[in-house]
Amino acid sequence: MPLLSTLARLEAVRAGHARPLATVRHRHLGAEPLVLVPLTTAGEAGAPLGAMLGTDRHEPRILVIPQPRDRDLRWEFLGELARLLMPHIESYADAVEPAERTETDPETGRKTKVEAELCVDAPQIVVPSRAGIEYVRLLGRSMRFRRTAEEDPENPYPAPSQVPLLGRWFTHLAERSRVPGSSMLLAATDLLSRHWATGQSNLEDQHLGSLLAWISPPEGVTGAEWALRMELGRDQDGQLLCPPAGPATDPAFDNRLLAPAIAKFDAARASGGPRDGDAVRLAERAVRKLVVSQMENTWWQTWEAIDLLRTLPPGERTEERWTRDRWSFTGHRDRVRAGEPPQPRRDDAVTAAQKLATRETEQVRLDAQEALDDPLVMAGRRFAGEAFAGEVTEVAMEWSEGKRPRPRPLLTVATEDRPQLADEGGGKVFRSLDGRQQAFEFVRREEDGQLVLRVLDKMGAGREPVAGSVPEKGDRVCWTLFEHDARGGPKLPDPENTPWTHGGPPGSATAPALDAVTDEDLL
Amino acid sequence: MSVADGTLPPVSSYPPSGPPQTTTLRQRLADLRGPAVPPRPLDARALAALAANPGCGRRALLDGAGVDKTALAAALGTPAAFGQSQFAIVRGNSFEAKVKGDGGAELLRLVHARLGAGAEPPGSDARVPDLTAAGPEGRAARTALALREATAARTWTLLDHPMLALEVAGTPAYLEPDAVVVHPDGRWTVVEIKSFPMIDGAADAAKVGAAARQAAVYVLALEQTAAKLSGAEVGHRVLLVCPKDFSNLPTAEPVDVRRERAVTRRQLDRLTRIEDLAAGLPEGLCFDPSRTAEELTEAVSAVSAAYAPECLAACELAFHCRERSRAAGDPAALGRSVRGELGGLGSIEEALAAASGAGPDGDPTAEALHQAARLRAEALELAAARPPYQAPETPECPC
Repeated sequence: MPLLSTLARLEAVRAGHARPLATVRHRHLGAEPLVLVPLTTAGEAGAPLGAMLGTDRHEPRILVIPQPRDRDLRWEFLGELARLLMPHIESYADAVEPAERTETDPETGRKTKVEAELCVDAPQIVVPSRAGIEYVRLLGRSMRFRRTAEEDPENPYPAPSQVPLLGRWFTHLAERSRVPGSSMLLAATDLLSRHWATGQSNLEDQHLGSLLAWISPPEGVTGAEWALRMELGRDQDGQLLCPPAGPATDPAFDNRLLAPAIAKFDAARASGGPRDGDAVRLAERAVRKLVVSQMENTWWQTWEAIDLLRTLPPGERTEERWTRDRWSFTGHRDRVRAGEPPQPRRDDAVTAAQKLATRETEQVRLDAQEALDDPLVMAGRRFAGEAFAGEVTEVAMEWSEGKRPRPRPLLTVATEDRPQLADEGGGKVFRSLDGRQQAFEFVRREEDGQLVLRVLDKMGAGREPVAGSVPEKGDRVCWTLFEHDARGGPKLPDPENTPWTHGGPPGSATAPALDAVTDEDLL
Repeated sequence: MSVADGTLPPVSSYPPSGPPQTTTLRQRLADLRGPAVPPRPLDARALAALAANPGCGRRALLDGAGVDKTALAAALGTPAAFGQSQFAIVRGNSFEAKVKGDGGAELLRLVHARLGAGAEPPGSDARVPDLTAAGPEGRAARTALALREATAARTWTLLDHPMLALEVAGTPAYLEPDAVVVHPDGRWTVVEIKSFPMIDGAADAAKVGAAARQAAVYVLALEQTAAKLSGAEVGHRVLLVCPKDFSNLPTAEPVDVRRERAVTRRQLDRLTRIEDLAAGLPEGLCFDPSRTAEELTEAVSAVSAAYAPECLAACELAFHCRERSRAAGDPAALGRSVRGELGGLGSIEEALAAASGAGPDGDPTAEALHQAARLRAEALELAAARPPYQAPETPECPC
């Protein structure tokens, strides 16, 4: 942890409530985020227990499986989930705006602008915790290789329509969530711990209830006390006051409440009554009530987290990053529409390398943009010697030599920061001028510790610099040692030139085989 | 045998060594446990967890003395939150039964396919000896005999739930692996059957790590038996059997546990420290859970702990230690890395004092904290000077 964040945690311990780690909101929050609270059955992979979802906190859609080990009920659940979620995702697919995309011409190798469609907005899903994101990935994997009855009439166990499609979208969202700064699939705990420091460890911050308790405890209680109650408090029956945010449920809940209720449902069904018979329906309702009791709390907490985030002004550059999410959404929409097969089980070497390169570039971009948007993040970079703020004490006009002399003014800057600049000079530093990056050359360090910088660009084409493009004496400016925009790494070789070590030339890649469905799938 | 055996001392210095000393230590540990409290046997999970926080004297002593930490934690008023859902238990048992069904044919097939090393595939002559006997000692002896016979017989043999004995800090711990397979070439392979899925050939890394640490304890125990037999060798690759993808069909991958084995072995060697730990304790100290919370708190605090948030997932006493650690203002309660960063500043108060400029002169950490505090305050001031942000109205329900 950077020392500045550690300091914030120490302050939080003393204050008894959370302290800010950011002064602006660093993630995009759309007008209509969809909250998804999934629950799963302990010990079973991909056997959901229920889900609560929706864009309106007062009208959640609730799905519960009364017997999670029953495959038919599971298909019913996944079918219903797809029926609720796919219209939401698809509602963003058709509103488009014209945009330009840079493409490399395959023959000349030159980069050209190509007209393209870009969706004006993209769906945004918020789950309670990081485990929720992993669960979305798992559900995606379990659904995307299935086949519906229309696609494969011979299949003895067809999946409900749209289930494979939802699997592909879930996979895409989960993959995208690994890109730093992306906001299509977010975890409430990640959002909160990015913006506030609590007086507990990172590990304990994974608990949504206790994290919220540190940030906004009820009146008259310290965050520390309330967090402890949220984490450990149990009622007289031994049930947690604040059920875990899932997807796993509390073992005490499973053993004492849920298991007997599911057993009753099984017994009611086994006694031969019809599915909608009274006994079965009563038993089903009992399970439903229990499962809802576990999800409800998390549902409200996730919305509370979103509300808290909305109190912060959005960072200036979050919209730019959201545009990248929109490109990602548009790209996947196009792949689905073009009838491409589902994402493979494992990425081939080229795709994996591309994904890693993207994540690296986006991490650099995110680090730079967060610092530029937020003085508190910039303080961390200044502390690390990667940026410095100072007052301009002197401006001397100079010009470059040559036929058409250009302005190259020299600035002297007094700073208390300790940037990592070589004493003998050299290297570039940057500042943000109306959102654009202006470069300076570091000339030398004076004996009294002041820094001498030379302005290099953004001063117009004339002999005299454009007004406002050169800092004036007395101005307080923040420079960074890092560039403000990330540059991608070197281009990867074309598919046909990919060496065998990296999967070889194309043609070897075929559409992934589907998951064989057998009787053994019954859990 | 691996290199580690040549460089490390034998696993435990006392089993064969002078009995009088062992007796006194045993007596001492029994006193610590409480006169009427039976020792809680160490299991593989507890032994493997020792490796997670080797610096903790409290855990080493309590485990070594066979104190029931769950009962102790409850008596201290900070009960542990461990427990397993019966769904997970049922699923685990049914999967294990399926894997071992049909005389272990499927399991032996998996061992042959993954770790067969060119041996003949197991046929109908594969043996599954009966290992039932009275008491853990009897079962351990029965297992040792079965291992001897199987190694001599040179045929595929599956030992279902064998019992292994491992000497830990002077007392034998009895361990029960899911299965051990004896190969025709005399190699022994530990099999771990877990019910978490292996999806597309990969499983959750944390769970695989825990399984590997557990299997390493079995490998250590088996090595002690194998050392007395000629022609026997314990494979350092164990077989992890898990459900394939989302089905109930088993799939298996070999896991190399040499590193975990070396770590656990080193921890077990260091457990001899409990003799020194016990020697340094005041007379009459007792962790009997029937005592009052105050007495127990005092007794527990006589043994130093090394609390870190990671303990919450591994130790029954973690909530108690966390409470004490927080009350003492120990920075480690915020994470091991925080304590590392604060260097010589031993408490949260000291660190905050240093941040306000009242730290020890010339201490680089104190100076860094002071500067960090200056930068943080400046940034927060700047943000506070901004015009207040009006969040766009979110449509609220009128009710």
